[in-house]
Amino acid sequence: MSIMEYNGGSVVAMVGKNCVAIASDLRLGNQALNVATFDKIFPVTDRIYIGLSGLATDVSTLRERFRFRVNMYTIKEEREIEPATFAHLVSSTLYEKRFGPFFIEPVIAGISSPSRGSKPFIAAADLIGCLNFAKDFVVAGTASSELFGIAEGLWEPDLEPEDLFETISQTLLNAVDRDAFSGWGAVVHVITPDRVITRTLKGRMD
Amino acid sequence: MECQFALTGKGYVIVASDTTAARSIVKMKDDEDKIKTLGPHMLMSYSGEPGDTVQFAEYIERNLRLHQIRYHHPLRPSSAASWIRRQLADSLRSRSPYAVNLLVGGYDIATSEPHLYWIDYLGTMAHIPFAAQGYGSYFALSLLDRYHNPEASLEEGLETLRRCISEVEKRLIVGLGKFKVKVVDRNGTREIEL
Repeated sequence: MSIMEYNGGSVVAMVGKNCVAIASDLRLGNQALNVATFDKIFPVTDRIYIGLSGLATDVSTLRERFRFRVNMYTIKEEREIEPATFAHLVSSTLYEKRFGPFFIEPVIAGISSPSRGSKPFIAAADLIGCLNFAKDFVVAGTASSELFGIAEGLWEPDLEPEDLFETISQTLLNAVDRDAFSGWGAVVHVITPDRVITRTLKGRMD
Repeated sequence: MECQFALTGKGYVIVASDTTAARSIVKMKDDEDKIKTLGPHMLMSYSGEPGDTVQFAEYIERNLRLHQIRYHHPLRPSSAASWIRRQLADSLRSRSPYAVNLLVGGYDIATSEPHLYWIDYLGTMAHIPFAAQGYGSYFALSLLDRYHNPEASLEEGLETLRRCISEVEKRLIVGLGKFKVKVVDRNGTREIEL
């Protein structure tokens, strides 16, 4: 079995009208055995969230590493990091380990600062930092194929925050129901220029 | 074939471990203590590669004790677990990684809450109300899903633990003999006769 499937888990992010949403399941498994609920999405700043799918130990390690790097950035630059800049920070952090990588597929969702137009932003990367700047949605994890299929069907441009929440929730729930290594609950963050709404979804606990 | 359980309850954490030290077909010892006391309010059970287990557990114990000596204050369970996880995560990509699985249970005197952390040899950490390491997890986790009560008294918690142990005794092909059970609560750590 692949090391990326050892713990299981999936993440998806979508763009809406002046908002973005990022969602993940909560499963932490040990191959076939479910061990715990494990949150994979972390706030980077008030307006940027990162979701990390893949090997759980690297999820925790990278979360600490990104927190350190973003804190250093904020101290040195005396301003908050922008989503696109953070995506490149993620990419370079992963490429540093090109020949002994972290087994992670990150998904980034955020809104740029008001001085830069409050534009919605999503990106994903592979485990060595190759960035994908999609305009519609990005997916990662053991249920990525399933997520691609449903997102392609359900997503449309310019969804309001409430509609975006419904769309991303249905995408995630139905995709992880088809995947044995994802599920066990779900969490969705909808990021708008003035607030972030976090909701926990009721899903199949099998 | 080692087996360890832990569960939280109202103001306590119970950590239980089998006491068998065996190699291949030979049982060398049946009173091995695999639960280290990391501080006045913290326990850690360990299992995995023989040698690595005791080396790593003693390394953790001594370093946490050093922290307590230096700063006149023991680390809280969440900080200690995070530090322990970091040691395993750093070890993973080193020349010879530790192959040790842990259950870290502690009582946080600042918030009066019991905490339990499941940490595996890769450095995966989960903060959960009940946990198991080893083959016993395949039998005990579903029992704990059904019977665990986070507000249970110590007696009820021990009763739930007895269920898990008897299930393992009944269904695991290897007989594990006696289990060592320790409790940590606001008064500190102590061993309990089941």
